[in-house]
Amino acid sequence: MKAGDALPPLKKRVTARMVIMGASSSRDWQPQHHDHHWAVERAGARDIFLNTPNQAGWIERYLTDWTGPRGRLGKLKFRMRRPICDGDTVVFDGTVTGVKTDDTGCMWADVDITLRVDGERATECTARIAVPERDDDNPWARDGERWTP
Amino acid sequence: MTLTEEEIQSWVGREEIDPPGDIACERGYIRHWLEATENANPLYWDESVANKLTSGAIAPPTMLSVWMRPLQFVPGRDKPRMPLSLHFALKEALGLPEGIVKVNEIEFRTPVRPGDVITTTQRVREIGEMKTSRLGTGRDWTIDVTSRNQRGDVLGIETYVMFGYRRDQ
Repeated sequence: MKAGDALPPLKKRVTARMVIMGASSSRDWQPQHHDHHWAVERAGARDIFLNTPNQAGWIERYLTDWTGPRGRLGKLKFRMRRPICDGDTVVFDGTVTGVKTDDTGCMWADVDITLRVDGERATECTARIAVPERDDDNPWARDGERWTP
Repeated sequence: MTLTEEEIQSWVGREEIDPPGDIACERGYIRHWLEATENANPLYWDESVANKLTSGAIAPPTMLSVWMRPLQFVPGRDKPRMPLSLHFALKEALGLPEGIVKVNEIEFRTPVRPGDVITTTQRVREIGEMKTSRLGTGRDWTIDVTSRNQRGDVLGIETYVMFGYRRDQ
């Protein structure tokens, strides 16, 4: 693993079910995530759109598809530039921007992730995820001073 | 009622502790989340992997904010509680009916496990100036949220940058 490595892209067709299930599974009943009329007339969006925690969940899933179950997310920051709506096709891509091992022996990958709709950036994300350097390291066993995301 | 800029800025530093979430972390909700994000991570599907890596089941880290969201119905409660109550109180005080999340930053600490009950402490970090975007006219504000379990362990620290606004006519 090294800076410049690309993660395999992920392409998803967004449906009303995907938006609403995302809202339901994060227990977010703000109407713009399930009510078409509200989303269009009150929120000024094209349609109902993916909510914040569900986007975080998709980004986590995209990262751990790549790292496997030992990958442990340390930090996530994402900016939602435009809504991702029912009917859109969203494409995830990611690039490793840096790899380093901290003083406790934990190896971190910094990854930039972009969610695009029609080629335009909808959500931009930076993530830091612990990935074991050796077979005997388990990032999940770290806590306190040995876990410094 | 119009607040002065000084009254608005007096919200900066205000802290609120929401009561513990209405539901504890539980496996059914974790499954629903995995279903919604089509997440095949064996850590959450295969007990032997969970036992080996995390000494038993945990919730996916990004589910952190799920557990503090109130139920829409609870017997005896007059109206549903709002999650991130400080955000909604600020929207109301500023007279800005719409709100969206622009930026979400999360630092993950102790994993959340089935049975955990989460309490959040929210604090207003910053309130920006009035501005107009394609959505309407309003302000950005930043709220930090610290989540703790019933033992007081810090589970994560989230920062939300919100845009509260009124749609332009």
